[in-house]
Amino acid sequence: MNALLLRDLRLAIRAGGGFGLGLAFFLILATLVPLAVGPRPDLLAPVAPGILWLGALLACLLSLDRIFALDAEDGSLDLLAMAPLPLEGVATTKALAHWITTGLPLALAAGPLSLLLFLSASALPWLILALLVGTPALSWLGTFGAALTVGLRRGSLLLSLLVLPLYIPTLVFGAEVVRRGAAGLPVATPLALLAAITLGCVALLPFATAAALRVNLR
Amino acid sequence: MSVWEYANPRRFMAVSGRLLPWVAGAAALLCATGIVWGLFFTPEDFRMGHSVKIIYIHVPSAFVAINAWFMMLVASLIWLIRRHHVSALAARAAAPIGLVMTVVALLTGAIWGKPMWGTYWAWDPRLTAFLILGLFYLGYIALWSAIEAQDAAADLTSILCLVGTVFAVLSRYAAQFWNQGLHQGASLSLDAEENIADVFWLPLVLAIAGFTLLFLALVLLRTRTEIRRRRLHSLSLKARLA
Amino acid sequence: MDVTVTDLTCRRGEAIVLEGVSFVLPPGRALALRGPNGAGKTTLLRTLAGLTPPVAGTMPDPERAAYAAHADGLKAQLTIGENLAFWAAIFGTGRAEIEKAAMAFDLGPLHGRLAAELSAGQKRRAGLARLLVTGRPLWLLDEPTVSLDRAAVDRFARVMRAHLDAGGSAILATHIDLGIEADELDVTVFVAKSDATLRDPFAEAVE
Repeated sequence: MNALLLRDLRLAIRAGGGFGLGLAFFLILATLVPLAVGPRPDLLAPVAPGILWLGALLACLLSLDRIFALDAEDGSLDLLAMAPLPLEGVATTKALAHWITTGLPLALAAGPLSLLLFLSASALPWLILALLVGTPALSWLGTFGAALTVGLRRGSLLLSLLVLPLYIPTLVFGAEVVRRGAAGLPVATPLALLAAITLGCVALLPFATAAALRVNLR
Repeated sequence: MSVWEYANPRRFMAVSGRLLPWVAGAAALLCATGIVWGLFFTPEDFRMGHSVKIIYIHVPSAFVAINAWFMMLVASLIWLIRRHHVSALAARAAAPIGLVMTVVALLTGAIWGKPMWGTYWAWDPRLTAFLILGLFYLGYIALWSAIEAQDAAADLTSILCLVGTVFAVLSRYAAQFWNQGLHQGASLSLDAEENIADVFWLPLVLAIAGFTLLFLALVLLRTRTEIRRRRLHSLSLKARLA
Repeated sequence: MDVTVTDLTCRRGEAIVLEGVSFVLPPGRALALRGPNGAGKTTLLRTLAGLTPPVAGTMPDPERAAYAAHADGLKAQLTIGENLAFWAAIFGTGRAEIEKAAMAFDLGPLHGRLAAELSAGQKRRAGLARLLVTGRPLWLLDEPTVSLDRAAVDRFARVMRAHLDAGGSAILATHIDLGIEADELDVTVFVAKSDATLRDPFAEAVE
């Protein structure tokens, strides 16, 4: 599993690996929203938690179709399926690699970008914490969606249609943590629920992902 | 005789064919009774006036919209565990009906919402949950139609249905949580059953029973169609290969 | 250990391609699959590799097999060395196998080059070297010599012979004579009826 993780990370940072595209998308979104909505802090500050979460979610979505499709194209997926490593392990590793290359940098970049949207300083730690806790769920769910659609040509649109509804609870609780943080309210409940979703996804989804991969390989 | 006998495709076709007119007839009778009784022979609500009567469409369609998904969940589990082809196709057959019922519930809700709340749409937790349920139906139907190999499609959509159920239920509670959050709680409740008086109750139960039977009749009919479509797929595959 | 296949029925998608495939391959032997394009050679190899579950019949445990097909399983942005090291780690083998494989296919000079920079033939050699890296005894080869030049084909034939002499076995679909003594299996014998498909569960239900 380590070898697969290291390979995926290495592929992501090499030329053409797509690392940073999600981040750039996140930056562009945070720039476009004020241009569309207007520059007034009293307009932007209340929607900032939602915009930042939505940006993270869409940036995450961008790279999902690469998770298995590239490996399926060059034959690596067949070989991985034959390897002694169980497919559940492959699914977990793929999701982890996706999180390290998209979710983690997004969480770290959210700090500076929140300035563009006038997010209140008191909410900033909660934003970063909520993204750190919540984005793994996005990666694990996305890996599941990618496994469902790996056999399809032009599956990426379908992938969005399948995955976005699954993202709703994470989005709701994640944005709620930040909104409560901005208002100075206690955040323990939504944060705990967010963490519960992530833990549930990490523990159980690899089984569904592996089952879907097996169906698509045959 | 085991209940699984009915999962035998041949037996299913025979039994469902005989059952269908009766179920459809009972559905028509109950729907007509419930709706006519509800619309014309119940008093007007002192608070909501005439508009309350849309409840006889709204609540039954919402009831069916939710329970159709659970029927799909059970059918998907039966397919995954026992590999009964009829079950997989019954789940496929139920999805568009569930979607239509969701849309009907949302539309009648909007029509009712306008005179009552002064708005067609509010981000009330229930409304939100129904909108999300519609999205889940859409994804499920899209996945079915995207995959050519029929057994693979049945497997993948069943897995999606399992995972989707968990997240649809989660979304339901997330929506509830979210609107009690920082925002004002919904000042209007959609909890119609809570304060419903006896005069309204009986026709409503009839209408719900009627809609459930209607759902059953449509699922039987559409499952039969799906079975024929699947047979057609096999025959055309044979013809292509030959 | 013999490779024993009995009454294997193989599918491609929803179509049945081969029926009743049976053969026994003792260790140290190669089996050449014969038959025109589309006869089902690739389908048979994918089934034996455990990638497509067989519809019926028995076959050896795919855990013993290594598979090389048209796609080399190489990542363009990784060097040849990195690619081989990755597969060695995945299959739980070590540096010794990598070096042996690199030596056998003369990959030394290419070790630090990105797979993207290599010619098709050079990539092919790296893809075949992966077979040695897996350390598995049964090689399943689908047109292994595509895009190889004469010298590389000879080199591959030598590696094959060494693998067989060491007690390994190989099943290959190829049109080139490698100069290796191999049993032959004509897959056209097993080709299923032209319109055979997976059993239609609704065949009796809808006339």
